[in-house]
Amino acid sequence: MNIYDLIFYLFAALTLISAFFVVTNKNIVHSAFYLLFTFFGVAGIYVLLGADFVAIVQLIVYVGGILILLLFGVMLTNKITNVEIKTGTINIFSATIGVGLFAGVLLAAVLYAPWKVTLLQEPVSTTGILGNLLMNEYVLVFELLGIILLIALIGAASIARR
Amino acid sequence: MVTVGLTHFLVISTLLFSMGIYAIITRKNAVMVLMGVELILNSANINFIAFSRFGNFGFNGQLIALFVIVLAAAEAAIALAIVLNIYKNLSTVNVDEVDNLKE
Repeated sequence: MNIYDLIFYLFAALTLISAFFVVTNKNIVHSAFYLLFTFFGVAGIYVLLGADFVAIVQLIVYVGGILILLLFGVMLTNKITNVEIKTGTINIFSATIGVGLFAGVLLAAVLYAPWKVTLLQEPVSTTGILGNLLMNEYVLVFELLGIILLIALIGAASIARR
Repeated sequence: MVTVGLTHFLVISTLLFSMGIYAIITRKNAVMVLMGVELILNSANINFIAFSRFGNFGFNGQLIALFVIVLAAAEAAIALAIVLNIYKNLSTVNVDEVDNLKE
């Protein structure tokens, strides 16, 4: 067992345990903070997979943007004076059975499928390669995504202040 | 213990996906449902990057993971604006109580 495997199991445990707390905790603010650790763990897994640029983007966008947005959502939609930051739950029993069966089937499929593995040639840094792909092969998708992001943010602002 | 390979990453993403589905099904609060969606998007991203590393697809998987992150940011902004509006109109964000389109 080398150091790579050790770090992988560390990040996997961090991700899965904090994700479990996210979905089982009754307090929404606690859930949001556990989600922080899940995103950190996922970023670590990206690094282990050799995707350094995506890992940094994950940290900046998810931890710095989406998580803060979610926390604002929690704060703005609860009565701060009489602290009511709990979430109710419905159909726990059937959901546990259904999700358990679903996860079992999916895990069996993943574990017994004969995956063909060819390791990608690992470069020192992926940033330049991704930039080249973004500006040559995927330039149309890049432009479309920019327009979508602009429209979505303008739409969100105009919906929220109506 | 076997050395870490493609299957390990796929198992992690499967478990994350299942927990996201569980959050969407069981939570009443709309913000918690959003957190479940974020978990699912993260698990899909792990799959993309794992196959970009272990499959013979070059760097396309990593690029698509970037696109997914951008779309997740747009989706979170829109969804939270809608949630705020629902709270303003109906003063609740529990998705099982929001069952009419107009007051």
